[in-house]
Amino acid sequence: MARAKKNLRKSGRRHPLATVALVAVGLLVTGAAYAGFSQTSATAEVDLTSPATIEAGEKLFGANCATCHGAAAEGTPDGPTLIGVGAASVNFQVGTGRMPLAFQGPQGMVKPQQFTEEQTLQMAAYVASLAPGPALPETQYLQADSDDEGVANGASLFRINCAMCHNVAAAGGALTEGKFAPKLTGVAPTHIYEAMITGPQNMPVFSDANISPQDKADIISYLKYIENQPAVGGLTLGSIGPVAEGLFIWVIGLGAVIGLTVWVTAKSN
Amino acid sequence: MAEEAKNNGGEHAVVVAAGHGSVEAAAGTAVIPSDAVQNPGLPPHRKRVTDLDPKKDKSAERTVYTLFYLSIAGSLGAVLAYMFFPIETGELMAIRLHTMFVGLGMALALLAVGIGAVHWGKAIMADHESIDYRHPVASDAPTREGSAEVFKLADEESGFSRRSLVRNSLIGALIAFPLPGITLLRGLGPQDRDPVELAHHTMWTEGVRLARDPSGVPIKASEVTIGSAFHVIPETLNHEDFEKMTLDERGGSVHLLDAKAKAIVLLMRLNQEDLHELPERKDWSYDGIVAYSKVCTHVGCPVALYEQHTHHLLCPCHQSQFDVSEHAKVIFGPAKRPLPQLPITVDDEGYLVAQSDFHEPVGPSFWERLK
Amino acid sequence: MSSTVTETPASSQQAQNGSSRFTAAAANYIDERTKIGVAVKEFGRKVFPDHWSFLLGEVALYSFVVILLSGTFLTLFFQASMVETHYTGPYVPMKGVEMSVAMASTLDISFSVRGGLLMRHVHHWAALLFVASIGLHMLRIFFTGAFRKPRELNWVIGFVLFILAMAEGFTGYSLPDDVLSGNGLRIIDGIIKAIPVIGTYLSFFFFGGEFPGTAIVGRLYMLHIMVLPALVILFIALHLAFVVIHKHTQYPGPGKTQQNVVGFPVLPVYAAKAGGFFFIVFGVIVLIASLVGINPIWNYGPYDPSPVSAGTQPDWYIGFADGMLRLVPPGLETEWFGYTWSWNMLLPLAIIGLFIVLVMIYPFIEAWVTGDKREHHILDRPRNAPTRTAIGAAGVTFYAVMWAGASSDLMATHFQLSMEGVIHGLQALLILGPIFAYQVAKRICIALQKKDRSIALHGYESGRIVRMPGGEFVEVHKPLDEYESWQLVSYHDYAPLMLRPNDDGRIPFSQRLRAGFSRWFFEDRIVPPSKGEIEQGHHEGH
Repeated sequence: MARAKKNLRKSGRRHPLATVALVAVGLLVTGAAYAGFSQTSATAEVDLTSPATIEAGEKLFGANCATCHGAAAEGTPDGPTLIGVGAASVNFQVGTGRMPLAFQGPQGMVKPQQFTEEQTLQMAAYVASLAPGPALPETQYLQADSDDEGVANGASLFRINCAMCHNVAAAGGALTEGKFAPKLTGVAPTHIYEAMITGPQNMPVFSDANISPQDKADIISYLKYIENQPAVGGLTLGSIGPVAEGLFIWVIGLGAVIGLTVWVTAKSN
Repeated sequence: MAEEAKNNGGEHAVVVAAGHGSVEAAAGTAVIPSDAVQNPGLPPHRKRVTDLDPKKDKSAERTVYTLFYLSIAGSLGAVLAYMFFPIETGELMAIRLHTMFVGLGMALALLAVGIGAVHWGKAIMADHESIDYRHPVASDAPTREGSAEVFKLADEESGFSRRSLVRNSLIGALIAFPLPGITLLRGLGPQDRDPVELAHHTMWTEGVRLARDPSGVPIKASEVTIGSAFHVIPETLNHEDFEKMTLDERGGSVHLLDAKAKAIVLLMRLNQEDLHELPERKDWSYDGIVAYSKVCTHVGCPVALYEQHTHHLLCPCHQSQFDVSEHAKVIFGPAKRPLPQLPITVDDEGYLVAQSDFHEPVGPSFWERLK
Repeated sequence: MSSTVTETPASSQQAQNGSSRFTAAAANYIDERTKIGVAVKEFGRKVFPDHWSFLLGEVALYSFVVILLSGTFLTLFFQASMVETHYTGPYVPMKGVEMSVAMASTLDISFSVRGGLLMRHVHHWAALLFVASIGLHMLRIFFTGAFRKPRELNWVIGFVLFILAMAEGFTGYSLPDDVLSGNGLRIIDGIIKAIPVIGTYLSFFFFGGEFPGTAIVGRLYMLHIMVLPALVILFIALHLAFVVIHKHTQYPGPGKTQQNVVGFPVLPVYAAKAGGFFFIVFGVIVLIASLVGINPIWNYGPYDPSPVSAGTQPDWYIGFADGMLRLVPPGLETEWFGYTWSWNMLLPLAIIGLFIVLVMIYPFIEAWVTGDKREHHILDRPRNAPTRTAIGAAGVTFYAVMWAGASSDLMATHFQLSMEGVIHGLQALLILGPIFAYQVAKRICIALQKKDRSIALHGYESGRIVRMPGGEFVEVHKPLDEYESWQLVSYHDYAPLMLRPNDDGRIPFSQRLRAGFSRWFFEDRIVPPSKGEIEQGHHEGH
């Protein structure tokens, strides 16, 4: 206990030299690059309630989405209704490039966005105007700046609510019939938040009544913590657990050792 | 043994051709033709460059001692790294660097001394092939006879074969003596508890509120939107309340985690029309909200991977799949039984509460599950 | 007695300088008290043959030494208690989190003890290498027939070591009391409970009450650091004693016979090579440990029955059992006579048990089938025992499919397949794969034997084409020297056992069965060329 107390006293915030050291050995150390914080909120300067925005969104919708979702977003056999899904859902699906779908598959895949942020928000405004639904998240919850207690709380909530699909290190995992839970590293806080409140694809909904906005902010802070902090053990092998470790020891570890046995027993020149 | 040798017709069937300069003592079942190729003996010895060229020998020697010096440098490097890369700031980067540099120093020390020693052995030490001769593993005949004699003598002197009552009672005593030791192991599990009884009860009883895991904040039915999944524990599953409860109220569990291991529940809300409920279990759900045990009926992993559109629940350990819309029946994988359903309703304040305990034991199957 | 007294000063007078005088005196001191001279004279120049595959067992031994060293360090800090505490160390996402003392002390080893994380890495990587090198060592023994008389018992001892190593690994994996190890124990609990009649009580005794209880970590710790290591050391001692008694096998080659061992003496060459190799293996493990992380328990968090991670798998050596659990067909559970029969657990346990027992007693099975009672000190090249090699290939395939089963979910995500498809595919492979592997391996062996025979008879293809006076083009074959030739022809042809009536004039069923197996074992064999054939072949080849 005495040791633990000492650590608590000594552990301040980031040491000024750490970043310098990090840059110096970054290449040597790991592939875990010190990626900067991704952009935060998408609320930009677009007024989601103005008729002009909604009209622009309607046009974009008619040209790009109506084939599958119906002219009035009422849904068709190829795509669900978007009435009541809210602006958050549109911003998530279009903003991560999942929509428009490249092809009908087990689930929409992340790909380069096809629309600018402004166009995305215009469509979001249009869909939001059809019926009330989850709105875009407030910027204050997207800063990933929770204090230590918040990060610990976020970690705890993440393990209970998210880890079984997304893996404890947010590396992703398999679902049924070819579907999967994607990895969460490199995902913008807005999109993480929006996914929780809208439940995209087959993900269940984690409404604000279930996990409060502050708790969501804590979860985002935790995710950004593990994303931005160096991997303390070194190479993580994809953080997918013992299978990767087993493959590593058989291929690299035992491979190296066998190479050395050959050298040890070969006759010298 | 004798019988087996007799029945082993193989030995008669083979062409045993010993002799002809062959060194084989007995060919066994091998078929050796009379003009089998003869072992040509060891090939001529090839000298190494270090044997032929004194300069090469000198250079190999240099390599070896350089490696040994390098090893010393590695060891000292590891000690220096230990001193100059402190981890007490708690910075992950500091711990990372400490681990890496101490490790690299040690690795250098070990690899250099190892490679140096092997190089010494390979390139410098005399490398003429040596030959050891083998002898049959079995002892020679006089030794065997001698040892048989020892046993025989011991038997005669002790009367082990003759005094059968002494011998048999001794065997009996030796069989009986471990029994108390095995009996003592009964104490591994609590004496006064019945595991079968414990497996049939959880903390859930009528009126216990469903609460969020891990905060313990109770859940209102109105908070559970369609498509939601809540990870649920009984509201009373926290240290403070747990201490005050009787063993019965805890579902028999002594420790909090024991109780939690049985009581964890997943709460989901589906569109009412998607829910295909049995008539007798229609009132176990509330407004499309259903609660199922989170413990897999296969080997007990938490089944919590819920897909809100397909209504499938997936176990991440062995891939059993359950269909929530049809009372969590198994649709894929090694599990056989559906997940037990927790009957729920709402109380006066709109909070979700259990109607009763589960109607069957939760978790993996066990022998007395139907008792 | 008096002679010793007079000899001692005499020997020291012969010493030329101080250091050798000291060495002589020390050697004399020790020998007079231990009679070690006999051992040194007996074993000091003992010969070991040189081949890379003979070092695989050493890799296992050295990994084990590394495990003992790093494990001893870890025991200085690890506290095997499940008492609840709150983490107060530097790792932010765990701050203030309630956890067991076992988990908290493991986090402290990782974050608050200098070199602690490195030692955890060394210990865990060495454990993975330990079991992997045992596995590879066993494959070498199997495919070269080194398990034959007189080494059958040593195969069994080695096999017990493999099982003990897995037990060591699993108990260690369970100690940190994180979500991964806790779910592993949860699965063990489920498996134990499925055992008919006694399962419920066994689990109750194992966990000291209900799962998870507060006893299991302490109990596993006792097994992990005391009982199992003691057994491993005991069996290693037995294993090595037998290696000394039997002397090492050797590959066939010129000058090597059943009556000799050709190689290098323990002192000095093998001491340098094997001693150096210990440091090399240790160095490789530390190098990996300093660069690559393993089992980041801080990601998993303390054990709690509620959470679980996608991709929950055991360490690789338990993977085959976990995979078998995943691959059983659906719906295998019955309720008979008011009791639950969990065939979905009993069937995989039976299959794994049968597989393990078959591997363990294989030397005795093969000896029975071949009727071979000779001692074997020259190894078989795998191609020269086609049926054994094919059986091995089938076994390896069976194991590999079970093993792959444990990563069905990861295969699905990484190769963009459906999880159901992967599992169905592996279920089919579990049955068809070994049959296919058997056939392919056997054909390949026979093809290689034919190639060897043809080279022995006609020499190597030189690639040089000459035109004969008659206008015909032929490729010149380069004949082998006698050493190369011996390499290709030095194996035996075996005849299957023949049926002969016993004294009653009958042929018992067991003998028919045995003869049938024997025919199967030796069918399709290629006879090594004889001297006459080789001479004839050379004339034809030119």
